[in-house]
Amino acid sequence: MSPPTIEHTLDEILNLAAVHFQVPREKLTPDGDFFKTLGIDSLQALDLLTRLEHHFRIELPDYELQGVSDFRTLANRIQARL
Amino acid sequence: MNEFKGRTLSWQIVNGAIELALHRDPCNEIGSLTLDELEQFAAALPGLANEAHVLIIHSTLKAGFSAGADLRELFERGQEMDKAAARRGVREFLERIHAVMNALDATPLTTIAAVHGVTFGGGFELALVCDIIIADRMARFCFPELRLGLIPGFGGIPRLKRDLGNAVVRDLLLTGRSFNVMKAQQIGLVSQIAAEGEALRVARATASQMGKFDRRTAAAAKDFVKPIPYEELKREIDIFCDLYSRPAVEEGLRKFVENEGVQPYLP
Repeated sequence: MSPPTIEHTLDEILNLAAVHFQVPREKLTPDGDFFKTLGIDSLQALDLLTRLEHHFRIELPDYELQGVSDFRTLANRIQARL
Repeated sequence: MNEFKGRTLSWQIVNGAIELALHRDPCNEIGSLTLDELEQFAAALPGLANEAHVLIIHSTLKAGFSAGADLRELFERGQEMDKAAARRGVREFLERIHAVMNALDATPLTTIAAVHGVTFGGGFELALVCDIIIADRMARFCFPELRLGLIPGFGGIPRLKRDLGNAVVRDLLLTGRSFNVMKAQQIGLVSQIAAEGEALRVARATASQMGKFDRRTAAAAKDFVKPIPYEELKREIDIFCDLYSRPAVEEGLRKFVENEGVQPYLP
């Protein structure tokens, strides 16, 4: 089975973030700063990382997220592990 | 003292299980106050053990089990005194916390860590003294100490080496990466995974099962399969203190304490 496209991965991330952090989906954009848009702190960022790992069934070391703050880059990091 | 309510932790006996609850905001950072109360618990443990068969350690805080050592206190105390006094203070703290950890490790009671959320550094080390780790689905583990120029100092490396393969220990230690509960179970660290918010309930059910066994037999079995690596634990203190005296550590701690960003756990 071929891996999902980057667009599909990005869409899943946005959906997951919207549902978990109770933010309207239309407010989340691929290039938006998820720390600002979701209003999350460091502990919630770890929570988001764990949820993404469970959802995509991957391991994503936290150092790969260092400096990452937009959904599109996050999706690229995840895509590289699918 | 069958019941205690402290500023950082509390304990009580429930259905034959001692429940040690951590509750120091924001995430059970282990500093001098927590150490004082952990010492009180360790002193009370032999008496408590006469009336219980299991010890469960858990956190009542949403953020997690424990974020580990109180790095802010470590940094600020280091700034208040000269270098030699700071080094002596660190060694004394480590020897005291090791005495507590060793007492928990060696108790004839069966011990369960019921963890959720952040289980980092010294918090991870506290979980490692327990016989069994039961983890919430959202638990996350990490030894971030190398990011600060240190090694884990509360007995983590010898105990992780005792429980896991050396390659896994090297990976976790030398990358300093955090990992989730699926990985933790895959490598043999976590015994059972509970749904979100259910780790304590699962731990209580497990404790209830353990209560059916003869206590002396359970204690003999534990003593047989769980050696305590005392020599390595002493060496860990020496290595930690040696590393602590380097300027890079002060800078690492300063960077952590002064970090106002959203990712202080990712220095």
